[in-house]
Amino acid sequence: MSYAISVNGQVHHVEDDGQTPLLWVLRDTLKLTGTKYGCGAAQCGACTVHVDGQPMRSCTLSLEVASSARIITIEAIEGADVRAIQDAWVAHDVPQCGFCQSGQVMSAIALLRATEKPTDRDIDLAMSGNLCRCATYNRVRAAIHDAASKLGSPT
Amino acid sequence: MTDPSEKKSCFRLTRRRLILGGSLIGGALVVGYIATNPMQVAGAILQGGGDDPEPSAFGPFIRITDDGWVTIVNKQQELGQGIHAGLAAIVAEELDADWDRVRVVDSRSNFRAYGPQMTGASNGIASNWDLMRNAGAAARAMFVEAAALRWSVPIGAITVRDGIVSQPGSNRAVTFVELLADASRLQPQQSPVLKRPADYRLIGTDKVRRKDSLSKSTGAQVYTQDIQRPDMLVAMVAHSPRFGGTLARFDASDARKVKGVVDVFAIETGVAVVAETTFAAWKGRDALRIEWDDSEAETRSTHELVRYYHDIAAGRSDVEPAEFDSKGDDPEVPFDGDVADFAFDFPYLAHAPMETLDCVAQVNGWDVSITSGAHLATVDQVYAAFAARTIPGKVDIEVVPAGGSFGRRGVLSSDYLVECVRIAKRTDGRPVKLMWSREDEIASGYFRPMSHHRVWVQLSPDGFPTRWRIHSVCQSLLPVGPNSLATEGITHSPYFSTASTVDGKIFTPTFPVVVGLWRSVGHSYTALVMEHIVDQLARRAGLDPAAYRRVFYEKAGDKRRLAVLDELCLRAGWGGPIEPGWARGLAIHEAFGTIVGQVAEVRLVDDRPIVHRVVAVVDCGIAVAHDQIAAQMEGSIGFGLSAALYGAITLKDGIVQETNFDRYLVVRMNEMPVVETHVIASTGRPTGMGEPGVAPIAPAVANAILALTGQPTSRLPFLDRNARSNTDVSVQS
Repeated sequence: MSYAISVNGQVHHVEDDGQTPLLWVLRDTLKLTGTKYGCGAAQCGACTVHVDGQPMRSCTLSLEVASSARIITIEAIEGADVRAIQDAWVAHDVPQCGFCQSGQVMSAIALLRATEKPTDRDIDLAMSGNLCRCATYNRVRAAIHDAASKLGSPT
Repeated sequence: MTDPSEKKSCFRLTRRRLILGGSLIGGALVVGYIATNPMQVAGAILQGGGDDPEPSAFGPFIRITDDGWVTIVNKQQELGQGIHAGLAAIVAEELDADWDRVRVVDSRSNFRAYGPQMTGASNGIASNWDLMRNAGAAARAMFVEAAALRWSVPIGAITVRDGIVSQPGSNRAVTFVELLADASRLQPQQSPVLKRPADYRLIGTDKVRRKDSLSKSTGAQVYTQDIQRPDMLVAMVAHSPRFGGTLARFDASDARKVKGVVDVFAIETGVAVVAETTFAAWKGRDALRIEWDDSEAETRSTHELVRYYHDIAAGRSDVEPAEFDSKGDDPEVPFDGDVADFAFDFPYLAHAPMETLDCVAQVNGWDVSITSGAHLATVDQVYAAFAARTIPGKVDIEVVPAGGSFGRRGVLSSDYLVECVRIAKRTDGRPVKLMWSREDEIASGYFRPMSHHRVWVQLSPDGFPTRWRIHSVCQSLLPVGPNSLATEGITHSPYFSTASTVDGKIFTPTFPVVVGLWRSVGHSYTALVMEHIVDQLARRAGLDPAAYRRVFYEKAGDKRRLAVLDELCLRAGWGGPIEPGWARGLAIHEAFGTIVGQVAEVRLVDDRPIVHRVVAVVDCGIAVAHDQIAAQMEGSIGFGLSAALYGAITLKDGIVQETNFDRYLVVRMNEMPVVETHVIASTGRPTGMGEPGVAPIAPAVANAILALTGQPTSRLPFLDRNARSNTDVSVQS
């Protein structure tokens, strides 16, 4: 079946089984490989994308469902908050192997868009779905606080 | 993750056999090593015509191009440990280059140029320390000499800083770029003068940062999983659910009906489904009907294996022990008097790197082209050649950063890579990306082995050991040779220093469950065996655990451990007040030449240990990349804590019960303790940091629980996986 799917502001016509997880449409069909496969079961968060502005796991979201939403991936997410997050990620040298970081960054952006000044508990709630086997968690936390304070301070 | 080259001298590329060389290649000054030794012969055979984009006469080298960039070619693999930052710092320091104009590229596999490419045993910095320092210093000396000649001044009048060569007191100053042609006509010094550590401007400072943080924060970093090739196919393989099981028969008729499936065939490790896309391969694999032959397979359950191990340790089996450590005239004499005895059980552990196992391979006649996050590139090259029936020189491996490994991509059989090559042999030259699901990865073996340890300690009236007897049971961690890695961390322990007798024996059963190297290898459990026993002995003697340890270290003359212990007690506030309900636990362990001490602050909530803060002290020689040492400490503690709290691979009738992160739990954001890292100032040779921080966390937590409850720990993990899900966020107070 053919589905019209909005990804990163562009409508793509994808010929595939409607049950195909969005993750594989992004990676294999649209060649947007910044979104990673880590578990296939919404357990790890490496495949996090924004679906109508909400962070969701693309590995368990079907093409059929996704085709009614606006999808934004790590490749095209934009804004002052995105720059602040990525700058903070670099300033804190957050990544180690880096494989989970697309998902971490996408979850962190969603958190800051919902909560301007997240507390540690807000961060725990928003980020505990994103696994990192290198355990970069403390730096993720510090970078989120840092980005939030930079965004909050008058320029 | 031990590097066999550490063990076998015939496999070692020593600096003695290398000659520094330099030349102008394509407008760039290249300084590196020319191998002039028997390795070159082996290298020629292995590499024979291998296609290398870099001049293959050179080993680890530096390239300075006319755009002002200093490029360091890295023969190790970046798997998260930050080797790029360390190597760049070593070269930039000696070269006095501009840190912001230094970058690192990964070499392809090239045995002739680099010798064995093996990233393991935390040896990345240690094994490159001399090579990279000398290359950097030699290149610097060439620029100095070129400038001295140009300006007709003595060499001593020239200084170099941040990539600028100048003559202080004059207005003469040029960049490396302006001296490239002149410098390239000079011979590099074979033994250039190296900086004294006191003169370091970069090494050991916070200026040394990762070079890959931006690409890893924007999704731009390419891993094996992301590789796209024209006409590429994706393959998944159905493996036997039991170790040692083989394919009896299969029916692929439904699999072939799945849209996008191109081919289905049997290979040595199961049934391969080759498709146009990952999801088609996945659906095709799901549609297979397979019968496995389990006549040679392991069919026992974990509790049966544990019982078997206990029988082995008690001498109730035909597994004969081998001695791994011995002290005294008659180690086997029966103990008498005050004897403490201990027993420990540790489970199998999977690695579960965030990127599952994957590989891209293309086979065209004799030529094999591979892209992989391969940390034993040389081993992979040889096994790939065997699988493709070609010579290693016809195998080219593009090494890309791995999305974690923790030892899983460093197995001495190259299992997943060989599987990919076998499939690619049958796709008429089309490239194949092999994808393993998370479930495939977790059940695939190469586990940290399960082990059992029985320990008896005979004590003097003042409470110190006079005799040790340790009987360990563990499958062999290496395919050949003695099972020495299984007892690393116990062998030659400083806690033997008060004893006249040590009787260390290892029993090595063999059965089909596949084991391998897991971050910190044997230390991942031997640290708990020794450090938790010592804490229990200290309490038995009525002594403070830190003071008790000090006696052993003094007796052993172990100044490094003493320094770590003192610093740790100071930084952690050891012996100081702590809030009611909390306790500190201490552990100190040496792995791969690095000594790490950790104090964990722990409380129990419904018998569940909550680790709030860990204070860590490390002696890793000269601290090359200070912030990356802290990063590795944080990561190692999170990794080690995951295993200590939850980690267990269990078998039921031979089938692995853990499938994904819902049953193989790992520490999440809300469970990560605060980590404080302190580095002991040292002028010793740098040692590794990728693994040593993993070992002490489990005993530090066990010792804190002992302090809280008086209850010793005799098995890991602390928590049963069914007890509670860690996805329920509980915020620490």
